[in-house]
Amino acid sequence: MLRYLYGSQLDDYPKLADTMFRDRAAQFRDRLKWDVAVDAQGYERDEYDAQDPLYVIWQGPDGSHGGSMRFLPTMGPTMVNDHFSGLMDGDTVQSPYIWESTRFCLSQGSASRVAAALVLGGIEIGRGFGITQCVGVFDARMVRIYRMIGSSPDILGSSGTGAAKISVGLWTFDPADRVSVLTRARISSALSEHWYARAFGDRPAKLTARAA
Amino acid sequence: MQGNLRQHLATLEQATELSALQATTEALRDHYQVAHLGYHWVSADGEQYGCGTYSIEWITEYVTNDYVRIDPVIIGCFQRFHPVDWKELDWSSKPAIAFRTKAIEAGVGNQGYSIPIRGPSGQFALFSLSHNARDDDWAAFTEKHRRDLILCAHSFNQKALEIEDKRRPDPVKPLSGREVDVLTYLAMGYSRGQVAQTLALSEHTLRAYIESARFKLSATNTMHAIARAVSEGHIIMGGAARAATGNWPGRDPVQAAE
Repeated sequence: MLRYLYGSQLDDYPKLADTMFRDRAAQFRDRLKWDVAVDAQGYERDEYDAQDPLYVIWQGPDGSHGGSMRFLPTMGPTMVNDHFSGLMDGDTVQSPYIWESTRFCLSQGSASRVAAALVLGGIEIGRGFGITQCVGVFDARMVRIYRMIGSSPDILGSSGTGAAKISVGLWTFDPADRVSVLTRARISSALSEHWYARAFGDRPAKLTARAA
Repeated sequence: MQGNLRQHLATLEQATELSALQATTEALRDHYQVAHLGYHWVSADGEQYGCGTYSIEWITEYVTNDYVRIDPVIIGCFQRFHPVDWKELDWSSKPAIAFRTKAIEAGVGNQGYSIPIRGPSGQFALFSLSHNARDDDWAAFTEKHRRDLILCAHSFNQKALEIEDKRRPDPVKPLSGREVDVLTYLAMGYSRGQVAQTLALSEHTLRAYIESARFKLSATNTMHAIARAVSEGHIIMGGAARAATGNWPGRDPVQAAE
């Protein structure tokens, strides 16, 4: 299922958090060879995990992490603006309608529908919170992944060449994409709405009271 | 965006004192025809500031009883950055139930919508509207106005931060080269499509530059951004005039040969 969790809520899902930060180490340090910090617990965490971001996480039936990405509003501190504005000739991207999306991660062996489900999570956030675009930094090896999931960004700037090429990309949420993404993720609209409501919707107690 | 809203945000933009924010909360309450509207900020060191349309009796009661500690809107929105319908919050505790009863008695309304903002250095702010309405009517209202309300929220916060920081020099937000290019072409009357083509940008990327420039200029829409960029000297109207010497290129054969 799709979970929408702020960093401060991860304590309630220890297995999910544990496997997510380990899977991130496996993807970003081991497979993509990024220069990321991995702590003694085997967790890949950075300063933006400490900013209480909003994570969209695919949780498997056993409660573990299947894939995830991380969102922060661009009106506050973001990786793109703090560290990669050089790729955009010193530009920063700051808008109430644009969030930063980083650490798009899939656990090893995740089905392709998990990637589609994460894209769906992004679309639901955009729809629900008035966000039209997402900005993020990625390297050449992610290009194939984005193409595979049908979510290739516009490029705002790049540096380096070949495998070492790093780019800042801009994704635009198009509500019309929701239909095809639902199909790819093999998730019904009702189920996605349910997951969204679980995270952001009316409190269950209230719903029960109203139904009664 | 409706013309009136643009005007209210322009007035807000002119504000030089926090007291002027109060007038804008009242204007926006009337604009949206809701019971109440307010802006509330808490800095990292716990300093608070608020303005809004709530009755003085309710504010006094709120402060005296330190409701900030039990108010589900504050508790539920703190550390969040997505817009929140008050129905999503946890009103189940006894103090929260009692608080809600008092709030409704005080005319706050049975519905509410808050936009939390994370500002720089741990600053946190909330922009909220409340009203008496049925669930479906309220959902339709918030959905219809969501994006404008987000803009209002950030406009309040930008202004409050600016006034707060007045003693320190305001960090200048110069337009980037591409933002200048985009606004210049738009000012020349190019369509968005033409600008995108001219600068070899996708329309999505173009939109991001326009949005970014618009925000740096505190402009309420693209035309406003262009007007401000011109009046503040960020761009020079006429585009090609940037490189011109002030003569009529082509009129004087000598100059044309240069």
